[in-house]
Amino acid sequence: MTAALRETRVEAALEARDLSVVYPAARGRGPARAVDGVDLRVGKGEIVALIGESGCGKSTLARALVGLVKPTSGQVLYEGTPLEYSAKALKRYRRHTQLVLQDPGGSLNPKQNVYDAVALGPRLHQLTDGLPARVHGALARAGLRPPEEFAGRYPHELSGGQQQRVVIAGVLALDPRVIVADEPVASLDASVRGEILRLVLRLRDELGLSALVVSHDLGLAWNIADRVAVMYLGRVVEQGTVEEVLLHPRHPYTKALLSVVPNGAENWRPTLLTGEPPDPTAIPAGCRFHPRCGRWAAASDEERAAAACTGRELPVLAADASGAACHLLPTPTEKP
Amino acid sequence: MTSPTLADAPTLLEVRDLHVTYRQGGRDVPAVRGVDFTLPRGGTLGVAGESGCGKSTMALSLLRLHGGNAKVTGEVVFDGQDLLTARWFRLRAVRWAGASVVFQGAMSALNPVRTVLDQIVEPMVLHDRISPKAAERRAAELLSSVGIPARRIRSHPHEFSGGQRQRIMIAMALACRPELIIADEPTTALDVMVQAQILELLGTLVRDSGIAVIMITHDLSLLAHTCDRLAVMYAGRIVELGPSRQILTNPQHPYTRALSKAFPTIGDPASRRAPEGLPGDPPRPSHAPGCAFAPRCPEAEDACRTGEMTLWPAGPGRTSACLHARTRHGGAS
Amino acid sequence: MTAEPTATASTATAPDLPGMPPAAVPPRFTGARRFVRAFVHRPAGLAGLGILLLFVVLALIAPAFIGPDQLDVTKVNGPLLHAPDGSYLLGTDQAGRSVLLMLVWGARQSLEIGVIATVLTVVIGSAIGIVAGHYGGIVGRALMHVTDWFIALPSLPLAISLAAVLGQGSESITIAIAVTSWTATARLVRAQTLAVEARPFVERARALGAGNRQIMLRQVLPNVMPLILVSSTLTVASALLSEATLTFLGLGSPTQVTWGEMLHDAFFNGAFTADAWWYLLPPGIAVLAVVLGFTLTGRAVEHVLDPRTEDTR
Repeated sequence: MTAALRETRVEAALEARDLSVVYPAARGRGPARAVDGVDLRVGKGEIVALIGESGCGKSTLARALVGLVKPTSGQVLYEGTPLEYSAKALKRYRRHTQLVLQDPGGSLNPKQNVYDAVALGPRLHQLTDGLPARVHGALARAGLRPPEEFAGRYPHELSGGQQQRVVIAGVLALDPRVIVADEPVASLDASVRGEILRLVLRLRDELGLSALVVSHDLGLAWNIADRVAVMYLGRVVEQGTVEEVLLHPRHPYTKALLSVVPNGAENWRPTLLTGEPPDPTAIPAGCRFHPRCGRWAAASDEERAAAACTGRELPVLAADASGAACHLLPTPTEKP
Repeated sequence: MTSPTLADAPTLLEVRDLHVTYRQGGRDVPAVRGVDFTLPRGGTLGVAGESGCGKSTMALSLLRLHGGNAKVTGEVVFDGQDLLTARWFRLRAVRWAGASVVFQGAMSALNPVRTVLDQIVEPMVLHDRISPKAAERRAAELLSSVGIPARRIRSHPHEFSGGQRQRIMIAMALACRPELIIADEPTTALDVMVQAQILELLGTLVRDSGIAVIMITHDLSLLAHTCDRLAVMYAGRIVELGPSRQILTNPQHPYTRALSKAFPTIGDPASRRAPEGLPGDPPRPSHAPGCAFAPRCPEAEDACRTGEMTLWPAGPGRTSACLHARTRHGGAS
Repeated sequence: MTAEPTATASTATAPDLPGMPPAAVPPRFTGARRFVRAFVHRPAGLAGLGILLLFVVLALIAPAFIGPDQLDVTKVNGPLLHAPDGSYLLGTDQAGRSVLLMLVWGARQSLEIGVIATVLTVVIGSAIGIVAGHYGGIVGRALMHVTDWFIALPSLPLAISLAAVLGQGSESITIAIAVTSWTATARLVRAQTLAVEARPFVERARALGAGNRQIMLRQVLPNVMPLILVSSTLTVASALLSEATLTFLGLGSPTQVTWGEMLHDAFFNGAFTADAWWYLLPPGIAVLAVVLGFTLTGRAVEHVLDPRTEDTR
């Protein structure tokens, strides 16, 4: 069974190729393979959701994609060109790819007002011509209207949702092409969440921005993403379009994650995985998920002997295909 | 965690007209503005709401655990006793042995310099006056009942993961065999899988021992599965109260509707690429007249902004503080 | 496409309901006006500030009514070691100079030394602290080793040696104080720098393209400033005490009139045996008062700036 290819191939805005980030051994523990071989692709105008639990490496991957973390091996490509790590090249890159963090209150310098917070980016890049117009424009596009009313305020005078809009305005002030958002709504109130997500969608629709949204919340992927990649212990274990992965999940981990999302149904029976994800210093051999895998636990001895769950490592999933990295699938998809 | 109908079960807790007001910077800041509900023995009540709605304050004030500069009025009748006016030693007896709390953020609720054993045993020794050896045995039992190997009982909190610490908190809450557990956002900082594990654990323990639970969270759909009844709070008041499943499938207050839409159902085409949110932000409670939700409500009318809001009947066993719901269910308009 | 404009327009205005602050955001004391308003509620701080103002005013107007003749031992002609009376309110010293006038002039000198030494201390200490906190690795560790080394050196012998090498006088005393005091500030500032840099807004600045200098100067420094301010007020207090100690030990210039010098003269010219309390007590009490003033003010500032001490009264 060949990997399902997408019919129209959209140009890549941002790509990770065979990316690895390994943190060196410290404090008596081994090296931590936070990102352990990932191929990921964000097409132009696409919103990709990167879903996983804590410790899976999604935040590290996000930071590697914006150049804040240097990969141990592999490449980050922006519009096809590999990223260089000189100070100059990184600074140029920052104009195109920007980051939005989880904690909006902490993301703003408490000593700077909204105007300065949004003007920080342009000032760093010497975009001082027409700066007030640029700042007000960014504030307006981020939904803070009228911008003049917000420009003089300080972060502590704003609510969580407004703070996050200021952060987004700060990003928009640089006219980036790609936004990487690490848990952009996790710290916000539930009723405010929708507004920020709508903003992200609008920015994609109106400005053609591409986005990679990192989250633990599958519902978020359903709300705004086109494609989704599920991460576990440093690898992408399943990826594809949102419809494919969320409605027809193939990997046991994806299935378990989906099952624990309360859906209001009478017969809700979540598949609970035992224990907690091991940390990146102690990745299990073979399929890294097998110690917690329900299918593995339920498999007979012969099945286990035949399958390679404990022996053979799974290949890295190809970025633009849909697939799931599991030995027990009828035919696991492989990189062409 | 749903129990069979407890319509005839004796009442364990009855809260009447609870008001909690803080004194901050010379002003009176209301946090809870008149809350009423009852909880039968073994019943489960979920309290849903966002920041500023007063749910945590309300929960803590049941045991008078709010800070010293708060004024609490009303009645909290637990097992026949009004806790708000009870003498100090009676209140202490109820705390932990009658009703215990699982706090938000186990990282800060556990004492980092004491072992887990010490912390579980402490309330037992205070309340039940059992010997240290017996207490240690029971603590080990409790620990394994929450899924942590008993041999780790002498470790310190930082040696455990977040999910494990929350389990330890639950073990502590069960130490004195309480009749009520108040769980204040017990799973908020945890991963979804761990969250599900913790809820499953709570559910099992509660079912097996008939403990009543008040669970506080912001996730509405979670409460539908774990609690019999649900109270939705906004700006210090309950705006909707009733059987949880019914509230979720047929909300009778615009805020409840908005809250449930915040977390979409995966597979529902209506929410695909269509996130739903409310403009503005959840307010701090104040004494302003009218419905506190009116500024953000898509269905608000003039009457909503000026009238006195209270919980009106909105179906069998259900109430809602919405004028539209009141009209719908035959109340005076 | 969902309808947008009205929804987002009301996002801007909806939270500004009458009298309602946005939810879940604790108020903080930023802005000079709020600072002042909070400060005036602290009686201890006001008392301290009052004391300081008194001495500062004295120091500033001293040249108006004290000429060099009154302080020159060769030019005065008052009674020697005379107890206080109508014409000499605090009596005279062993050379006939008015103790009161010397006290006022001493304020000027002592405060000058104290403030300059503090400025040096704080600038050196903060610079090293921020750099050490920002750059981890070799640079950071090296700087902290240097700091630890200076901490280990006994400060008084070091100050004495420095003063001996540089010659007697206020310049060498100022430098000696700065050299022995910067370490405390450095450690404090470094710890605070580490705390500030752990916060997400620094990562945001980096993601936006900020370099090291930008981060240290524009992101870290403004957030460390309150701590530096508090630390400065307390450093002045300790600098004054150090100055008094060093001049008392004889490292000051005999021709300069500072409180420490007065104590030195009093002691070494037999004021004890002569029971000349008017000569010994005033400079000691003056030092005490000013140190108290700075300490009270510093504590009040610290209390006001600490976001945790929110007024719950």
